[in-house]
Amino acid sequence: MTTNVNTMKFSFMDNVLYQAKRYPLGVAGAIIMTVFVFAALFATTVAPLDPFSTNAKASLAKPGGVFLMGADMMGRDVFSRLIHGARVSLAVALGATCIGSGFGAVIGLACGYIGGWFDLLVQRVTEVMQALPLLVMALVITASLGPSLPNTIIAIAIPLIPTVSRVVRSNVLSLREMPYVEAAKAIGMSEWRIAAIHVLPNTLAPLIVLATAQLGSTILTEASLSFLGLGVPEPYPSWGRMLSESAAEYVRTAPWLVIFPGLAISLVVFGSNLLGDALRDALDPRQRD
Amino acid sequence: MAPVLEVSGLSTVFHTRRGLVRAVQDVSFSVNAGETLAIVGESGCGKTITALSLMRLIPQPPGEIASGSVKVDGVDLLQLDEASMRKMRGSKIAMIFQEPMTALNPLITVGKQIAEMVTLHDGASRQVARDRAIEMLHLVRIPEPARRAREYPHQMSGGMRQRAMIAMALACKPKVLVADEPTTALDVTIQAQILDLIGDLQREFGTAVVLITHDLGVVAETAQRVVVMYAGRKVEEASVEDLFANPLHPYPRGLLASIPRVGSARGLDVSPDERLQEISGMVPALNNLPQGCAFAPRCSQADAKCHAQVPPFELKQHDHFAACWQA
Repeated sequence: MTTNVNTMKFSFMDNVLYQAKRYPLGVAGAIIMTVFVFAALFATTVAPLDPFSTNAKASLAKPGGVFLMGADMMGRDVFSRLIHGARVSLAVALGATCIGSGFGAVIGLACGYIGGWFDLLVQRVTEVMQALPLLVMALVITASLGPSLPNTIIAIAIPLIPTVSRVVRSNVLSLREMPYVEAAKAIGMSEWRIAAIHVLPNTLAPLIVLATAQLGSTILTEASLSFLGLGVPEPYPSWGRMLSESAAEYVRTAPWLVIFPGLAISLVVFGSNLLGDALRDALDPRQRD
Repeated sequence: MAPVLEVSGLSTVFHTRRGLVRAVQDVSFSVNAGETLAIVGESGCGKTITALSLMRLIPQPPGEIASGSVKVDGVDLLQLDEASMRKMRGSKIAMIFQEPMTALNPLITVGKQIAEMVTLHDGASRQVARDRAIEMLHLVRIPEPARRAREYPHQMSGGMRQRAMIAMALACKPKVLVADEPTTALDVTIQAQILDLIGDLQREFGTAVVLITHDLGVVAETAQRVVVMYAGRKVEEASVEDLFANPLHPYPRGLLASIPRVGSARGLDVSPDERLQEISGMVPALNNLPQGCAFAPRCSQADAKCHAQVPPFELKQHDHFAACWQA
């Protein structure tokens, strides 16, 4: 007996595996992100050495032997510091991006929907915020909140809001005029419900792309903040600070101090972009089958 | 029998920078259960605004339903608050639109979109709503409804999407169905199928249908009564037979003469000098209507009175109304 291919049912796992096969790059991205998240979560067990213990004899030790990726000026193991630094960097990157995108999406949705003076007001405030560079905004905010991990996340999240809200707003404005929105009204659906099930899901694609693109810049902003002493306090390692502390001084004499943190940041940005792109395509029913 | 839909004195205006646009003026009609009323006219004569006014979907501002009443089963929709009106939409009065290609959300399966509508109005459980959606897809003659319900809109053809839209509109058995050019975007063979389908479902559910169209062929096939609109006003109302046999107003007469007939080009069946007629000129701008009859500038029979005074809409023959000084 043959089965009718059109009545085949697929479980959730079937679908995930199917999509995984179609987007090998997305799988690569997912693996990269999983490795980093795993390293961050279990930093204390994964790291071979104590990231804080200094050792004058090992100052600027080359990669190899005990120090897999070398040691910094104070003889601290770069590899262990990178693993611990993943906690800060990922927390900041994911936290700030999620908070920024979340608030941005809500504000954009509200602007597109309510319109009128509310939209006008919010757009002008947004323009003022966009006139200031991300770093300057973040600087002002951390300076007033004081340096700590949660404050750093907030400080980086707030300047992300305008960009996200603008993208969502412009999308909402065009989606609102879609015939299926009018059809939804004609069958008696409330505005809230239309926003939740028709408008918001249809703006998800650009939102995902934007969020993954912003992940990288949040890590770098954190680096700059930490470098200026306004980010995550010493001696806790963050990739950004490891990079910025050593970039000018040691790039010739001890390049491993620059290369490995840089590589870690690039890999996270690369991985999240791969994952984001594949996710966007896999979530769009028009690209399935 | 009391009509299911009773529209009287409906006027819809738009407040614009270029003045008040009277899109619909003093339009009245009624439709009985199981009956189809066609509203015909060119683009820009107020058909769609009339339809949207029935649903209260006119964007406000700039639009405003200035006066009149729209009674469905005796309830005046124009007097309801927004929440009660929302409950009426879909359950008592539903609408299908012209663009089947974009009238469904591309991210949600067709079955879910119909089910959503059922849960919305009947408060049905998910399972019940899903079964109802499949049943409706079956009713609109979509083959393998259980499988099709799990498909996304892009996997369906235009005709099938329009069927799905009809399934959605009729899922809660509304008393009145407003169909705004439901077949314009479809190709001719599909058009006939969709019209048949609407007719069959109408008989089954006893729905009153208001069919908006510019296609007189569609009117002849499906409707019992016709309202002809011009520049926001009714100019003629009659049964389909009367209107086609004996149009009183020069505008519908022109419309009928402008239908191409098979054979006329080759001179068969008609006199050799008969050519395809057209109505010269354009529909006047609704914010700048002529003083008298709105059709007068395009009318070959218009005289001084036509240009000076708006003709009243009155009974001219048995059950045959028109607004024309010459008829």
